[in-house]
Amino acid sequence: MRISREEVQRMALLARLELTATEETELIEHFDKMLSYIEKLNQLDTDGVEPTAHAVAVPSPLREDQVTNQADTEALLQNAPAREADFFKVPKIIE
Amino acid sequence: MALYNLTIHEASDLLRKRQLSAQELTRSVLERIRTTDAQVHSYLTVCETEALQQAETADRSLATGGPLPLLCGIPVAVKDVILTKGLRSTAGSQILAHFVPPYDATVTCRLREAGAIIVGKVNCDEFAMGSSTENSAFLPSRNPWDLSRVPGGSSGGSATAVAAEQALAALGTDTGGSIRLPSSFCGVVGLKPTYGRVSRFGVVAYASSLDQVGPFAKDAQDCALMLQAIAGHDPRDSTSVNTSVPDYQASLTQGVRGLRIGIPKEYFVEGMQPAVEVAVQQAVAEFAALGARPVPISLPHTEYAIAAYYIIATAEASSNLARYDGMKYGYRAPQTEGLGETYRRTRAQGFGSEVKRRIMLGTYVLSAGYYEAYYLKAQKVRTLIRQDFLKAFEACDVIATPVAPTTAFRLGEKTADPLTMYLSDIFTIAVNLAGLPGLSIPCGFDENHLPIGAQLIGRPFGEEVLLQAAYAYEQATPWHLRKPPL
Repeated sequence: MRISREEVQRMALLARLELTATEETELIEHFDKMLSYIEKLNQLDTDGVEPTAHAVAVPSPLREDQVTNQADTEALLQNAPAREADFFKVPKIIE
Repeated sequence: MALYNLTIHEASDLLRKRQLSAQELTRSVLERIRTTDAQVHSYLTVCETEALQQAETADRSLATGGPLPLLCGIPVAVKDVILTKGLRSTAGSQILAHFVPPYDATVTCRLREAGAIIVGKVNCDEFAMGSSTENSAFLPSRNPWDLSRVPGGSSGGSATAVAAEQALAALGTDTGGSIRLPSSFCGVVGLKPTYGRVSRFGVVAYASSLDQVGPFAKDAQDCALMLQAIAGHDPRDSTSVNTSVPDYQASLTQGVRGLRIGIPKEYFVEGMQPAVEVAVQQAVAEFAALGARPVPISLPHTEYAIAAYYIIATAEASSNLARYDGMKYGYRAPQTEGLGETYRRTRAQGFGSEVKRRIMLGTYVLSAGYYEAYYLKAQKVRTLIRQDFLKAFEACDVIATPVAPTTAFRLGEKTADPLTMYLSDIFTIAVNLAGLPGLSIPCGFDENHLPIGAQLIGRPFGEEVLLQAAYAYEQATPWHLRKPPL
């Protein structure tokens, strides 16, 4: 296998995903398949080739930092998993 | 003939002559959804009351006469990754199952400004990750031509809605083939515009350097009308390009005389379904009969496209999907201890398995020590793939290929092996990496009466030429007129 259970667990922590042992096993197999498939890119000599980040290069546009929208607090808070008055209610951040 | 059978251009004509009302047309489409959607499962949300209200407004505009917007009174469907203000938008995910957007995507605004009536939100693979709609957190859509088969994905619901005539047209998104594959599998016309042609503001992001919004329609003319409505620069999407939008209707009938059609040998490979190869070759012959000139070309890096795509797309997805943390909107796991556990459990319960696979792979290829070997390498290969196309376009004006190596496969056929599913997009993915426009048009049927699609690939911002070619082809062939047995 190209990737260990520990590495999968480390990725899961970075990605903030809680995985079951079965999911970890499936991911080890999936990574094995995908990484060996992806390896075909190494057949290509890419020395001196510029990377492409976007197919159509557009310069970053600049604009004045002005508020153009109106805050609809109620519409935004309607989607909140938990709220108190006009605030988002979140778990305790500092233990 | 029923009213829902109409194309946009036919309906527009009748609406403007006052021989048809927007309310009659909308009622016909809503009735069609009621009688067929239990079979095909296109819709996640149908907004009957709002649609009829919009139809009433359209009828008032039609009654007063004067200049009318482009899609006045036309019922359309919108993929559920595209935000619609006040109307639930799930992206096919549990994590957004109850999300009601406080604003419209730019493409939604433009449809509304063009007078279109949004009848509902259509199904897709979760976060547009998939090729069959089987990754939808809610239910898979079914192919109207054979209900035991997939419609293709990720914009499967957009394709089934148009094929089953539950909308006159639809919007979808395409990151690696998600408009063209379902168009091909369902026998409708689908266009992925050039990267930058259409705004993505308010579209749930999957892989931002590849995502593009585009139309599904019954024919090339309707496709041109839909593109006209949504195309153009948007200051709220910094990747949208500020170039003028041509009048796609005006140039539609120019024909293909003298057009050089490139045929890449890498797209006609062993293992393809023979009927697909035959149908696409016949389409090329038809173009030749219409005055176009087929020329052999080569796109030598084609076989590396899927590998490069699954590095770039998953990397971008892992970053884009970091926003689903259960704090300000979306699902939050109950009864968790502390912030870290809340994040991890929320995402574990809210995301489906394909989304987790892609987030994990994306996290891996971006992580310390692997970035250069994977992400940077893939971006360099992306350059080679793009150069292939630019070089090919020195010798031809349009490239013709199959959309997929096979017609629609059965539900469950490819779910056990993700890589097999990924290979369904083998002929569409390079177009996204190169940022080019790609159009899928119906070009025949296989031995099981399943539709086959041909793909026309154009130069950057060359949508006009693709639509002209498709229109000319439609005048000479009957494929786009066939209806599924529903």
